[in-house]
Amino acid sequence: MKYETQRVALPFFAVAMALFALQVIFGILAATVYVLPEFMVDLVPFHIMRMSHTNLLIVWLLMGFMGCTYFLMPEEAETEIHSPMIAYIQLAIFAVAGAGALLSYQFGIHEGREFLEQPLWSKILITISFLMFLYNTSMTLLRGRKTAINSILMLGLWLAAIFWLFAFYNPSNLALDKLYWWWIVHVWVEGVWELIMASLLAYLLIKLTGVDREIIEKWLYVIIGLALFSGLLGTGHHYYWIGAPGYWQPIGSFFSTLEVAPFFAMVMFAFYMFWKGRRNHPNKAAMLWTLGSATVAFFGAGVWGFMHTLHWVNYYTHGTQVTAAHGHLAFYGAYVMMVLAVVTYAMPQLRRIQPFNQIINMWSFWLMTASMCFMTFTLTFAGVVQTHLQRVMGINYMEVQEQLSLFYMMRLGAGCVVAVAAVVFLWAVFGPAREELPAGETGVANA
Amino acid sequence: MMESLSRSAARNIFFGGSLFFFLVFAGLTAHSHWYMVNVSTDKEGLTESVAAGKHVWEKHSCINCHSLIGEGAYFAPELGNVWTRYGGRENPDAARAGIKGWIRAQPLNVPGRRQMPKFDLSEQELDNLVDFFRWADSINTQGWPPHPVG
Repeated sequence: MKYETQRVALPFFAVAMALFALQVIFGILAATVYVLPEFMVDLVPFHIMRMSHTNLLIVWLLMGFMGCTYFLMPEEAETEIHSPMIAYIQLAIFAVAGAGALLSYQFGIHEGREFLEQPLWSKILITISFLMFLYNTSMTLLRGRKTAINSILMLGLWLAAIFWLFAFYNPSNLALDKLYWWWIVHVWVEGVWELIMASLLAYLLIKLTGVDREIIEKWLYVIIGLALFSGLLGTGHHYYWIGAPGYWQPIGSFFSTLEVAPFFAMVMFAFYMFWKGRRNHPNKAAMLWTLGSATVAFFGAGVWGFMHTLHWVNYYTHGTQVTAAHGHLAFYGAYVMMVLAVVTYAMPQLRRIQPFNQIINMWSFWLMTASMCFMTFTLTFAGVVQTHLQRVMGINYMEVQEQLSLFYMMRLGAGCVVAVAAVVFLWAVFGPAREELPAGETGVANA
Repeated sequence: MMESLSRSAARNIFFGGSLFFFLVFAGLTAHSHWYMVNVSTDKEGLTESVAAGKHVWEKHSCINCHSLIGEGAYFAPELGNVWTRYGGRENPDAARAGIKGWIRAQPLNVPGRRQMPKFDLSEQELDNLVDFFRWADSINTQGWPPHPVG
């Protein structure tokens, strides 16, 4: 850690990880209701568990992105953060907005559009906090060195903020509501968030492999070009059945098939740089999470996305457990793992010690990744069976759900292993440093 | 391939291409907006009651169990075509009474069955909600869902 203000990242990571733990807990509660329908029915109804689960994911990922940005910006821009005080204040505002929304859900206070359930005051606080964050980091960038990595990261963050503004537009025409709702939801996760992911990936690869910036940054532009060229019109795969014109079927099918390309490029990029790199960085766990993120994002977002994106396939699978399967692995691979990779990379420096607890950390990587894959497989099988029984044979919804109970039990089991893995991860990064590598050497991890 | 491409060329392709595709996307969205308002949905039928019904739907976050035209939580049945499923296109009065009665009867307390919570909806709110379902059912969804069961 070369710059003192990089330490601003630490509280962001701490809060993000606490919310991550809560997200997993709410996920397990909701998965339990699938198996035992009367579970907690009078205490917390399913819809509250589910909105808590999804909202916590979004909030902690955004907080993680902020922490990542504060950590890498001084190194990339070669200057201190504009104002650590603004950073702490906007963190507090964001935490109040997120935790406040979560708390209000438990009392049935929420708005009603999926993922945008935050009460209006919370939405406004989120906006204020994010603008303070953008101001703070942009001022740092303007004063310092502009690299492809920090410029693209900031571009992704700014665009995320701009598209967020559609959250404040809710027309009474349901079709229009859906049309613009996807301008946030799709354009975030299959568009501008990919800019954030790719720039974090590029940053980690420069640090961990030592490959020339010139080469890394060229790849970065190619990847984000592929992401936006395919992802913007790829939004069409959400416009097949919501009352939009029929031309979205060929357009959506074609461009969303191409959405696999940036993820394929990222996995190629990560492994190519890994083999090409000459630096033998001591933080092996961070390297594992980095390669793992690119790989699982390719399968979760790329392959599982393609599986049901063609309109004549989606006609049958739309709104089944196939979508749930894709959603879980895509978010995990592309965003959860990428933030965990940066956390794993940054924590030794933030704690001013050599990379530590790497074996435990790698245990959590394999436990979490294996169980997320297993969860995805069970939901995929559930989705295929559901598609056939309900959409092809026309058996009614509740009867079909009874046929899926085995898959839901296995999904709950997988979720419990994810929880164990999350605890192991938190222990590995925040717990006492039991072993450090390389022992006794200083300065290597800061290279 | 990558050797012949310089970093600045890659950057220019990114910015130029993204701007191009964004403009196409925005243009098609604008056309879709017009199409949704004038062609695929019932413009005259979008009454105050339908708008109020959408608000009832949102106030109780129905989307976090049910799906509506395939989007939602997949934990409870699809409701985009619930009006058709209750026979509303042939017998609107019976469908209205049927849907309202079903909501009022919750929770069913059938052992081992997923429970819909009891929502204290007034007669007015129930009618608004049914009007919203009826209006949603009339959206031209390109033939989706494949089967009336949703």
